[in-house]
Amino acid sequence: QKRSTAQRTREGRKKKDGRASLKEQRASPKKEKEVPKKEMWKQLKKHRSPSLASSASAGESLSEEELARILEQVEEKKKLITHMRNKPWPMAKKLTELREAQEFVEKYEGALGKGKGKRLYAYRMLMTKKWIKFKRDFDNFKTQCIPWEMKIKDIESHFGSSVASYFIFLRWMYGVNLVLFGLIFGLVIIPEVLMGMPYGSIPRKTVPRAEEERAMDFSVLWDFEGYIKYSALFYGYYNDQRTIGWLRYRLPMAYFMVGVSVFGYSLMIVIRSMASNTQGSTSEGESDNFTFSFKMFTSWDYLIGNSETADNKYVSITTSFKESIVDEQESNKEENIHLTRFLRVLANFLIICCLCGSGYLIYFVVKRSQEFSKMQNVSWYERNEVEIVMSLLGMFCPPLFETIAALENYHPRIGLKWQLGRIFALFLGNLYTFLLALMDDVHLKLSNEETIKNITHWTLFNYYNSSGWNESVPRPPLHPADVPRGSCWETAVGIEFVRLTVSDMLVTYITILLGDFLRACFVRFMNYCWCWDLEAGFPSYAEFDISGNVLGLIFNQGMIWMGSFYAPGLVGINVLRLLTSMYFQCWAVMSSNVPHERVFKASRSNNFYMGLLLLVLFLSLLPVAYTIMSLPPSFDCGPFSGKNRMYDVIQETVENDFPTFLGKIFAFIANPGLIIPAILLMFLAIYYLNSVSKTLSRANAQLRKKIQALREVEKSHKSVKGRATARDSEDTAKGSSKNATKVLFPGTMPHSASQSQTLGKKVQGPGTSSSASGTMLSASSHLPISRPPGIRPDSGHAGPQTHPGRSASRKSAQRPPH
Amino acid sequence: TRLFYRYQDLAPQLVPLDYTSCPDVKVPYELIGTMPELKDNPFRLRIAQVFSEDGDGHMTLNNFLDMFSVMSEMAPRDLKAYYAFKIYDFNNDDYICMWDLEQTVTKLTRGELSAEEVSLVCEKVLDEADGDHDGRLSLEDFQNMILRAPDFLSTFHIRI
Repeated sequence: QKRSTAQRTREGRKKKDGRASLKEQRASPKKEKEVPKKEMWKQLKKHRSPSLASSASAGESLSEEELARILEQVEEKKKLITHMRNKPWPMAKKLTELREAQEFVEKYEGALGKGKGKRLYAYRMLMTKKWIKFKRDFDNFKTQCIPWEMKIKDIESHFGSSVASYFIFLRWMYGVNLVLFGLIFGLVIIPEVLMGMPYGSIPRKTVPRAEEERAMDFSVLWDFEGYIKYSALFYGYYNDQRTIGWLRYRLPMAYFMVGVSVFGYSLMIVIRSMASNTQGSTSEGESDNFTFSFKMFTSWDYLIGNSETADNKYVSITTSFKESIVDEQESNKEENIHLTRFLRVLANFLIICCLCGSGYLIYFVVKRSQEFSKMQNVSWYERNEVEIVMSLLGMFCPPLFETIAALENYHPRIGLKWQLGRIFALFLGNLYTFLLALMDDVHLKLSNEETIKNITHWTLFNYYNSSGWNESVPRPPLHPADVPRGSCWETAVGIEFVRLTVSDMLVTYITILLGDFLRACFVRFMNYCWCWDLEAGFPSYAEFDISGNVLGLIFNQGMIWMGSFYAPGLVGINVLRLLTSMYFQCWAVMSSNVPHERVFKASRSNNFYMGLLLLVLFLSLLPVAYTIMSLPPSFDCGPFSGKNRMYDVIQETVENDFPTFLGKIFAFIANPGLIIPAILLMFLAIYYLNSVSKTLSRANAQLRKKIQALREVEKSHKSVKGRATARDSEDTAKGSSKNATKVLFPGTMPHSASQSQTLGKKVQGPGTSSSASGTMLSASSHLPISRPPGIRPDSGHAGPQTHPGRSASRKSAQRPPH
Repeated sequence: TRLFYRYQDLAPQLVPLDYTSCPDVKVPYELIGTMPELKDNPFRLRIAQVFSEDGDGHMTLNNFLDMFSVMSEMAPRDLKAYYAFKIYDFNNDDYICMWDLEQTVTKLTRGELSAEEVSLVCEKVLDEADGDHDGRLSLEDFQNMILRAPDFLSTFHIRI
């Protein structure tokens, strides 16, 4: 963000430079004469040494002191150039000043070096200039390389920043996925394809005989069975050879490490972006002092360039004003609290029922699908039941929740949080039920595995034994397609995830197409022949559902994280999905959505989304870690086949590929006696850091309070002072006027008046308020005029009357003079 | 240069393409106000007035450039605050007084609020931001307040 603004700065500067050059053309003949004259004059004035005027020609004769002075001035001018844009001057003045300063710098920069060094100095300056220009160009180039920047800006100007924040999030997600994809693709898939055994060489890389004839059918491929199932997209394809190819690439090890580092990288980047988000939003705490002022002066989004958005903005500003007025007027006027409470409890009860119901439904469906998978020739619906049910739930539950939430009568912002939390719970519950059902399936398969293993061995044994009849001609080895094999639960899990992702994507697109685009078309074109106004009335156009979309994205990412270990190709599919959805959603938003009526701040909920993402990441890490640590891998597929646990691959690598002392060190480190203290130490460190940060934040809050209190004190002080000075001066004026009336000494009047002036100034001088001194100044200009010396005695009455003029706008002015 | 073309587009009959020869052309406010970037802005007249040389909303190219350099993303906070102050100061007296505030609220809400509500809001604003209790906001008060606003920078710019 920061960088982009910086780049924009550069762009802007360039623009201005371009402008300047354009202008220079017309101004140059006049300017050229003018500027040197001015320069000369300036030098004369500033240096007060006529020798300097000729310094350009006789640079050598400069004394040290003058040199230093010039250097200083050059620096000053340079500073002026860099800070030029910060000055609230009109452009013409800026331009002239800028050109003057630049010429000055150019003229004297060369003069600074002495003798030989001069040329070198000039050269160095030249190089610096070139370098700066290069950097600017490079930055411009980099801005242009940010993908979809223009698209997002376009959306931002139509829909406000909150919708754009979704797309920025999507872009960020795309970047993360691209990195993950590069990792997996480069370190796992490419080596396997290039250097591993080719397709059909061993059983795990071959379609079994029974499936062979249907393996190329589209319906089979669409379910990711057939050839796709036995491709490098899935876990089962990989061989358990320790090293492959001439590079002796340790594929199983790489597979394991990539699986771990996918999680590591994601964790790191999520946490880092969260941290950078919180850094930007530290000054949020004091916003509650200025609710109305902020609403007044910053609520209009100057970016809005669309009349519909503008209308919505007007309405939302009005409602927000009204809301805060109501808040202000009656902060604690609850009526019928029992009814509200009852309704809220009821709503929560209903929602929990919904959640349980959806969870049970998914469990039931997954169970049923396992039965279906055993049966032959099941219909398309029965095969895809799980995905369909999950997508339907995801589609219909959120609106249902929204309807129920209408019962609760919460403040919209709180309501939004609740809604998000509920949808999150729904998705999470569904995902975990799905996982549990899948786990059941996996366990079932694992228990079957032993028998299948025996069958395989037995088959192979029989096969080779049968060849024992004629030992002279060894029979060709059994064709890999004929070898009976286990169910390979990892691939099955991977397939489930891939299917879920794809169906999720399709449902999203179809929803957009039907729900948004067709609706928009219908509304737009049927409006001409309908009995009520469709655009303003019931169907109207769809709003862009930011929270739903963001949550969908987050959950999709969770599935990717979970599935990527079992299906390395899943990340690739996801990259494609994100890419298409970027374009598709951009188009859909621009073509068929209307901006939100209730615009909520994007920047603040950003970290909320990131927090959800982190939670999902953690939750998706759990099942994967569980399978890695405590389930035995399948015996005949995948890179870890034949091992007891997946992580054994590390041990194996350590033992075989590292020198023995390293192995010893590893064994020593893995010793529980060392791990437990290490974990304890980590906990201690976390505790310590946590408490430190708490103390710091408390100190921060205290400091803020102090500042607040100081401001309050200053405020009241100022007002009291203002009042006091006013009264003071009135008193003195009165006293003096009394004196004047008593003594009838004509000279007293102006004297005392000026005295009161100085008095007032003395008291108010330290006050930083410019307005105060401004009023005083105006007062001082007023008073002597109103009371010329030698005025008649009753002018004492006129004296106080002038005071209201002096402090007309001050509260003290309302005090009647006594 | 892009800005120049935009400027030129506004009034093709007034502004010649080669700007080297005739420097003092003014585009009237009626045209400035119809720019898509400005046409929905309730403060467009004020913006044009603040940036034009003699406060009538007619802009020369330099004023035009000025406007977009201030409203661009890279303009510094203080500068933006300064000009925001000028924009909200409707009667150009260097203070945002009650009347200015009322104008602002009316523009923001298109007169949807009743008179009492408007005056309540204005009083609240004065109460919050007026540092020296003189019943109006000076530039200093305004800067003090606006620089704490979390989304001042993000909303106070125009993209072109």
